[in-house]
Amino acid sequence: MKPRIGFFDFTGCEGCQLTVLNLEEEFLELLELVEIVEFREVMSGAAESLDIAFVEGSICRPQEVERLKAIRARSKTLVALGACADTAGVNALGHFRDLQQMRREIYGGDAPQLLTEPPRPLQAWVQVDHRVPGCPIDGREFLAVLQALLMGRPPELPSYSLCVECKLAELPCTFERDQVCLGPVTRAGCKALCIEAGDRCRGCRGVIDNPRSDPYYRILEEHGLCAEDILQELRTFNVLGKGKQCASK
Amino acid sequence: MRIEVAHLARIEGHANLVVDAVSGELKECRLEIVESPRFFEGLLKGRHYSDVAPIIARICGVCSNSHTLVSLAATERALGIPISRQTRNLRRLLAYGEILQSHILQLYFMAVPDYLGVPSIFPLARSRRDLVSRALRLKKLANDICNVVGGRPVHPVTPCVGGFSALPQASALQGLRRQLVQALPDLEETVELFSSLPVPEFERETEYLSLGGGSDYPIFGDSIVSSDGICAPVAEYAATIEEYLVPHSTAKFARATRESYMVGPLARARNAFARLSPMARQVAAAMGLSASATNPYHSLLARLVEVIHCVEEAIHLIDAVLLAGLREEALRTPEGGGEGAAAIEAPRGTLFHAYGYDEKGCIETADCVIPTAQNLANIEADLRALVPSLLGLPEAELTRRLEMLVRAYDPCISCSTHLLKVEFV
Repeated sequence: MKPRIGFFDFTGCEGCQLTVLNLEEEFLELLELVEIVEFREVMSGAAESLDIAFVEGSICRPQEVERLKAIRARSKTLVALGACADTAGVNALGHFRDLQQMRREIYGGDAPQLLTEPPRPLQAWVQVDHRVPGCPIDGREFLAVLQALLMGRPPELPSYSLCVECKLAELPCTFERDQVCLGPVTRAGCKALCIEAGDRCRGCRGVIDNPRSDPYYRILEEHGLCAEDILQELRTFNVLGKGKQCASK
Repeated sequence: MRIEVAHLARIEGHANLVVDAVSGELKECRLEIVESPRFFEGLLKGRHYSDVAPIIARICGVCSNSHTLVSLAATERALGIPISRQTRNLRRLLAYGEILQSHILQLYFMAVPDYLGVPSIFPLARSRRDLVSRALRLKKLANDICNVVGGRPVHPVTPCVGGFSALPQASALQGLRRQLVQALPDLEETVELFSSLPVPEFERETEYLSLGGGSDYPIFGDSIVSSDGICAPVAEYAATIEEYLVPHSTAKFARATRESYMVGPLARARNAFARLSPMARQVAAAMGLSASATNPYHSLLARLVEVIHCVEEAIHLIDAVLLAGLREEALRTPEGGGEGAAAIEAPRGTLFHAYGYDEKGCIETADCVIPTAQNLANIEADLRALVPSLLGLPEAELTRRLEMLVRAYDPCISCSTHLLKVEFV
């Protein structure tokens, strides 16, 4: 019997599921290898049990916790799909604002349907077996993770920083444009797509396991940037970022 | 009889459908928006103008290009940054790419299964391989446009305040042009397929609202127009459209002249029928879509007509860009703050962003009005009008017909729960 896989989403933009659908021809081939038994965005119906659940989005309400736990209970393997599920992604920016105040500003009050907790990644509530990082995910990496799981071995993510891929692509260093770049501390795997497009790395794939922050702070200081600049940058996708005191402020 | 469909399938985001009827009389009928609010505008507070579009794009994976483009336009208006004709053309091409991407996904992945009696497009991969291959080819074409112009299909990376951080290669644009021309047989077959589907009969006239596109079919525009006679500058959107909170929704509802109005492909096609491309008008005529259509299920046909329009217009646009020649343009650094509003016709309808920036170019106020939120009151009004005529049907069939109506609007719930006004104090 083909492995039964499903796609689920919580608070997020569904861009990672869309990236899976955007695999086009490979997606068609995928249908030969696995049976997609649940995928609400493009399919009716639900499954009792799954071999692999790919879960997108962050968790910010008790109902979402319950639904996530139920998915965990009927899935052998659970994979966090994308930044919102993996690290809470941009949703985590909400941790820096008072939720009650935001409700008042945006909706004009605390109506019961609006009550939420600060957004958290899946692993705050359930065991997450594997993850596909990024905002959005990289379709190739999703396929690689799925392939490893189908072959019964643990998927591996690059453990080195984005700078490695950036240098291999012979792209000029973003710091030379006097811009903060999170490449030195961000997990590789995206082939430095944003830097190649003339933007900088905003760290959507999350921080590498052992970031060497001291040399990084030296680079920042050399370019006249302070901890507040880098904190602001880390906060876009990585609320865990802790900075040194900024000497100038 | 009580129908409750929790987490409606084949729409973007989370909504429940609740219908309650007692002995032929409708007691209750509502579309509950249960997606968690994300307070996006609140998250922007204090962010530098260069970060605003990349953050706000994350409201929605399906319409991230529209959010990016309108966000950039609102920022440029607020900070007084002019953009070139080249930038305007490339952004329009990207907008076409996204409309194609979103419409083809809706037509083939979300709507077709209803009409062919399958839970999703996946089982058709065996029984109707031609159909699925065609859907994927067309979707790939749309994604390729977004890739070439925006750097990737979801959450674009090249569009930035003032222009583009990287331009497409001329050869890549030529390649897109070839693909667009080669897609014509696939489009013909798509028109044939949709002409053969039995679109349900149901008429309910409402107010149809879109941007006034000047001489073009509306994508970008400076005015809001409606079938009830609204004609207002985009900058006055907040006075033109009233948003309000209802207890069963985490998205605000909206009204303009009447209790509800419609935005999206059908509203655009009605308001700007004469400005559709020649091929699109031909297809509209062949499928029986007219400028006076009042059947909300005809949104499906309008969506397909827009697909034809975007393909035809994209070919002309690429010719214009290549003829003028691509050239690198320096990006201007703005000085000071300011306020500005802009609007775009996103795949699902008119999308407004408005920002206020302080002297350092950081966000003080932000407001987004989302197409789906504008449609919610109209969807409910349609459901209320439709349900009584269907109460004789078996429950499963009734549910199917109502779900199809909701899907005809292609609601984007992730988007609609992140709207709303923020005034920072």
